[in-house]
Amino acid sequence: MSPVVAAGRRPLPVGLTRSRKTKDRVFTFFLLVCVALALIPLVVIAVFVIVRGTGAINTNFFTKLPPGPLDARHTGGISNAIVGSGMIVWLAVVISVPLGMATAVYLSEYGRGRIATIVRFTANTLLATPSIIAGLVIAATVVTWTHSFSAYAGSLALSILMWPVVTRATEEVLRLVPQDLREGALALGVPRWKVVLKIVIPTAGSGIVTGVMLAISRGLGETAAILLTALGNSFMNTAYGRPTSTITLDIYTWARQPQATLQELAWGGAITLMTTVLVLSITARIVSIRRQRRLA
Amino acid sequence: MTSLEVKKLDAWFGRSKVLKSISAIAADRSVTAIIGPSGCGKSTLLRCMNRMHEEVRGARTEGEVLFGSRDIYAEDADPVAVRRQIGMVFQRPNPFPTMSVFDNAVAGLKLTGRLPRAELHERAETALHAAGLWDEVKDRLQEPGGRLSGGQQQRLCIARALAVEPQILLMDEPASALDPVSTLRIEELIAELKESYTVIIVTHNMQQAARVSDSTMFMLYGEVVEFAATQKVFTNPEDRRTEDYVTGRFG
Repeated sequence: MSPVVAAGRRPLPVGLTRSRKTKDRVFTFFLLVCVALALIPLVVIAVFVIVRGTGAINTNFFTKLPPGPLDARHTGGISNAIVGSGMIVWLAVVISVPLGMATAVYLSEYGRGRIATIVRFTANTLLATPSIIAGLVIAATVVTWTHSFSAYAGSLALSILMWPVVTRATEEVLRLVPQDLREGALALGVPRWKVVLKIVIPTAGSGIVTGVMLAISRGLGETAAILLTALGNSFMNTAYGRPTSTITLDIYTWARQPQATLQELAWGGAITLMTTVLVLSITARIVSIRRQRRLA
Repeated sequence: MTSLEVKKLDAWFGRSKVLKSISAIAADRSVTAIIGPSGCGKSTLLRCMNRMHEEVRGARTEGEVLFGSRDIYAEDADPVAVRRQIGMVFQRPNPFPTMSVFDNAVAGLKLTGRLPRAELHERAETALHAAGLWDEVKDRLQEPGGRLSGGQQQRLCIARALAVEPQILLMDEPASALDPVSTLRIEELIAELKESYTVIIVTHNMQQAARVSDSTMFMLYGEVVEFAATQKVFTNPEDRRTEDYVTGRFG
């Protein structure tokens, strides 16, 4: 055996090994502390909402209207807000998901040069725009033109906020689809638009669903933009042309009231929102995991 | 008549010229091998033969590629129609991950037209037979294509290319990502395909070129150095550079 190899095999000095192990432990501990710090606000919020919110949840909460100003019992439900949130977010999804996906497909599959740069820049800017500005724009246009606050004005404001979320998330996953697959399909004499529709989008499927879920979460949680466009409503409303309440607006309204029973409505709204988002995300995860298992 | 003739073909990626005035002809129902060191332009040349080259951003060509008597670069030629007649198999197996073995085999048919279910079945079976894969997958047609082994996936891709019934099959190093047994299987397959197709194959492996092809083209720096019967290229080449390459002195 040559001396060089022998030197390379010599065990490390004990002192060096020990100091490395110590450094490793100190750094691992430091990282754990950071993780714990990051988790604290999350846990505090979750615990608070669960503890305070669970008490507010009962059949009345989902079926009754909120109490009127003359109602001495100071109790009721937010059925109108749950319906309103559903209506407004549903229409916003119908508008923003196709638009966002179309934009993403354009950016990832066709976009070249200046126009693509401008579109991408716009999406990024919108993503970072404070939501109240989206509300203000719709308030100054749609609400002013129609002379009324309305659910569809709310949906339009949400669409402005959800469109860039769908666009960016979808573009990212479309770019992850291997070029090999596009070429494989093109080489069979499949037109480009069909390659995108039948190969690229299905391959990116679960990632796109995640993007849509992100957008829905954003829409469900939005308050400022809704306040300026859908306004809110103490009564049940199922017409898109009329002022409508949402869960977030009800949280805003009832959290500012002095009576504990009314504040409870706000906590109930909070836990309803959190649970809805959680259930949607988990469902989406399960669907995409099942799909992946089927393929792998 | 399904020969393919390349006439004074130039190709670029952006400003860099990668093919310089290539002229050659691949005869009907023969196997033509294109060999040469990495970066010599052999894959680019292959991709120019069914207009896949232009799919890369900034890539363009000048010159003619005659398929029969028609120039596939003529102004009224549709690249989609060209690719339906001139199929391609890639270096790495690329079955569509969201599709079953069956759907992969007839993907081209399903995506470009409507055929009755029974006929799709027939075409899938024919193509899988032709690719030498039928016996191995006939009981797993509904499994995802990605679950097959690498060699099987590549034969699935060959079946997929054959199912649309092209006249010419372009193969870009179809066995370079495969193990020796799968490679042998693909080579046997090429010999069978020659009965009914014109095959043009790019390969890094000179033994493979010598084994499967009728004529061989040796390329260097984007130019054709020598194009002749395979027997001649490997035993008695005209050009000194060809001799150096095929005897392993560089490459």
